[in-house]
Amino acid sequence: MFKAVINVNYKPSVLDPQAEAIHKALGRLGDDNIATVMVGKYFELTLNAPTIEAANDQVERICDQLLANVNMETYRFTVTPLQGATA
Amino acid sequence: MRAAVLSFPGSNCDQDLVWATQQVAGGCAEIVPATATTLSGFDVVMIPGGFSYGDYLRSGAIASVAPVMTAVRHFADAGGFVMGICNGFQILTAAGLLPGSLQSNTQLDFVCAPTSLKVENVRTPFTNRFAPGTTITLPIAHGEGNYYADAGTIAELEAHGQVVFRYRENPNGSVHDIAGITNRAGNVLGMMPHPERAVESLLGGTDGLGVFTSLLAATKEATYASR
Repeated sequence: MFKAVINVNYKPSVLDPQAEAIHKALGRLGDDNIATVMVGKYFELTLNAPTIEAANDQVERICDQLLANVNMETYRFTVTPLQGATA
Repeated sequence: MRAAVLSFPGSNCDQDLVWATQQVAGGCAEIVPATATTLSGFDVVMIPGGFSYGDYLRSGAIASVAPVMTAVRHFADAGGFVMGICNGFQILTAAGLLPGSLQSNTQLDFVCAPTSLKVENVRTPFTNRFAPGTTITLPIAHGEGNYYADAGTIAELEAHGQVVFRYRENPNGSVHDIAGITNRAGNVLGMMPHPERAVESLLGGTDGLGVFTSLLAATKEATYASR
């Protein structure tokens, strides 16, 4: 068993209206020293795969096909063996 | 015209599309569930507005991998006419049947208002009944209608007349004021405004009717051509 931790974020070139709104709200709180705000999605999957390489390949495909919109978003992930589990 | 109106959990404009197609325009329309695996017997596929699968993950993302979408892909590849409205547009981009994507409106408001649009291309199956350069008024109702694609994609869309509807006043931050596009082949349309909500004067306007009569004309022509 492996655990995959995935982060999906907007590409820096894409204006994220949600992040902009949060940035402005932080300014209203007096936190006017915030240079950038990034909002993203976080996923955790546990999966059965024969090897860590196979798990990596599968997670990458899942990100491309569903979890991220590669047109506007980028993703990064880590895959680690689950403690106490065998592959 | 025999239109399949897809219905996903959370679709809410499917009955409006059936009404506009059948009762107003005089074609045939049938609701087809998201679990269907074939679209044989239909010559148009309509993907309605709403909040398919609760807009979970991203608008259109879950619907884009629903069982019926494999059939939609085959239908579009064979040249069948596919029209996605509002959430239907979001689903078509998520499925890769149209380029780009729809993100949150820049002002973060859900916008619901009649909107003035320029019909930019009348040589499509969806707009052949409009006069060139016409301005029409259709309602919009969306929180994520802000069309985005990279500069190269936008240049391609513009160069090939794929921008079919353009906002007169941009309500959501869409690049190039884009309200509706087709694929390169011209048989797949996605648009954020709702033509099916503007087919009877009782409901405030009939400017949307042209989309349905255009499809009627295009399917008739296609039927003759195939004989």
